Amino acid sequence: MMKGFLKKFLFIIGVFLAAGFSLAPFLWFVLSAFKDQTQITAIPPQWLPSFSMESFSSAVTRYGIIHYLLNSAIVAGSATVVTITLGTVAGYALARLPRRWAQIILMGILACAMFPQIAIVGPIWRFLRFMGWLNTYQGLIFPYVALTLPLAVWILALFFREMPEELEAAALVDGCTRLGSLVRVIVPLSAPGLFTAAILSFIYAWNEFFLALLIMTDPARQTMPVGIALFQGEHTIPWGEIAAASFITTAPLIFMVLLFQRRIVTGLSAGAIKG
Amino acid sequence: MTRKDQNFYLGLLVPATAVLLLFIAAPIVHSIFLSFHRIIIGLPQLKTPFVGLDNYRELLNDPVARHSFWITIIFVGTTTFFELLIGILLALLIHHSFPGRGALRACVLIPWAIPTVVSAQMWRFLFNDAYGVINYVIFGANTSQYIPWLALPSTALLSIVAADIWKTSSFAALLILAGLQVIPEELYQAAKVDGAVVWQRFLHITWPLIRPALLVALLFRTIDAFRVFDLAFVMTQGGPADATNVLQLYGYKKMFVEGWMGYGSAISVCIFIMVMVLAIAYVRMVGRRLLEASV
Repeated sequence: MMKGFLKKFLFIIGVFLAAGFSLAPFLWFVLSAFKDQTQITAIPPQWLPSFSMESFSSAVTRYGIIHYLLNSAIVAGSATVVTITLGTVAGYALARLPRRWAQIILMGILACAMFPQIAIVGPIWRFLRFMGWLNTYQGLIFPYVALTLPLAVWILALFFREMPEELEAAALVDGCTRLGSLVRVIVPLSAPGLFTAAILSFIYAWNEFFLALLIMTDPARQTMPVGIALFQGEHTIPWGEIAAASFITTAPLIFMVLLFQRRIVTGLSAGAIKG
Repeated sequence: MTRKDQNFYLGLLVPATAVLLLFIAAPIVHSIFLSFHRIIIGLPQLKTPFVGLDNYRELLNDPVARHSFWITIIFVGTTTFFELLIGILLALLIHHSFPGRGALRACVLIPWAIPTVVSAQMWRFLFNDAYGVINYVIFGANTSQYIPWLALPSTALLSIVAADIWKTSSFAALLILAGLQVIPEELYQAAKVDGAVVWQRFLHITWPLIRPALLVALLFRTIDAFRVFDLAFVMTQGGPADATNVLQLYGYKKMFVEGWMGYGSAISVCIFIMVMVLAIAYVRMVGRRLLEASV
């Protein structure tokens, strides 16, 4: 009786520690977005914010973060659409090809995801300059597609493998073309898998910084992570505005995590463990 | 499967393969090629002469590069160790079935979902030398004792390590969770009947059975830690006195700030080789599991 109580007590402490470890630092930072400058730098810290919206309005009017947000949405959104399209077609083929071939190709694709970005950025930068694609959306979208494809193909190939081939056979008998049977039969049935791959690709592209920093040197084209990293104040560090911009950038992601926690957990482990 | 079928499926692979070849495989080969040349971005009139192994020879005698190498090794070793340790604890917690499990899983995922740049700014704020909450927690209102964490060579690397552990422990936890989920519940029940207590069950059931998942997490985290860039770029710019000048940041500075494309490529090829050794082990492990699962 006593032992069971102690175990439960320790478990609850563990849960609170885990939640505090994960949330507290970020909550504290985000609170600064709702404080004024004197409150932010006060010692002892002011735990309750004044809920001044000054930082948000200044981040929008003086630093133009809506612009960065728009660039991020265009780049991450397009990259996700292209990745999912190419990933669906490739994942489907890998699910239907002989296992032995598919395995070798999947391992090659996985290896692509392991490369350090530094080993590819020099030539990518030169290639984009040659194409005149530096500071263009497509100049960032294509590298993002390449970087998000491996995980997407893995998730989708493993998902399509669960779909019985009789489904396509039936569609072919009904007069569908091969691609038609993929689009009309397999894709609608695979919505959960597609969705998982799309969320993970989007989060990756939304958060990516290294390539964005190199390819988008023109502030008019920069994405949110670059904007946040290069935030400059006139005299002091504008913590309120940085926190406000961080909050706006992270809010959609937190929303996704809260809604699709289960999909993200299974999707991430698919690339690593599940077969 | 007929030949026509096979050709159709192979045809479907073409677009994805083309993108991967063009933006990942070809650039790597090209990086190796560039590393044998002297290329200075700002001075195109110097052309790009072939210099053989000169860049690599120079790299071996470059004290900053050697320092960067050791800094990166320390970073990779400490972050991976603590991420796996915290990862195991988190995984055990979020594996446990209780009413708030979904909510706790979502909480644990949040550090992973936050852009690294945002978490870097966040830690820069928390570690601030004048009004950072970390100093306040340690020293109270006594500001004269406050430590400028990011400005001291001895603590700057520590701060970046802490920021990385916070950010990616949850990812390690997910990989380990996937391993926990395949352990049959009956094993624990049988052990309970035999009178095994909690730590005995962990030691004799959980531990041996999650070891493969742990190894996957270890390899994946090691590979990923080698690519650290964002945290150092935002929190310290590699300083103070190169104390956080990790390899990818050093390569970036050589290539894009100083414009030494050839020399920077030599650095990036070295990082590539180090990571590739680990990556091959990783891919073979995961690949074998895929084959086993599909039989």
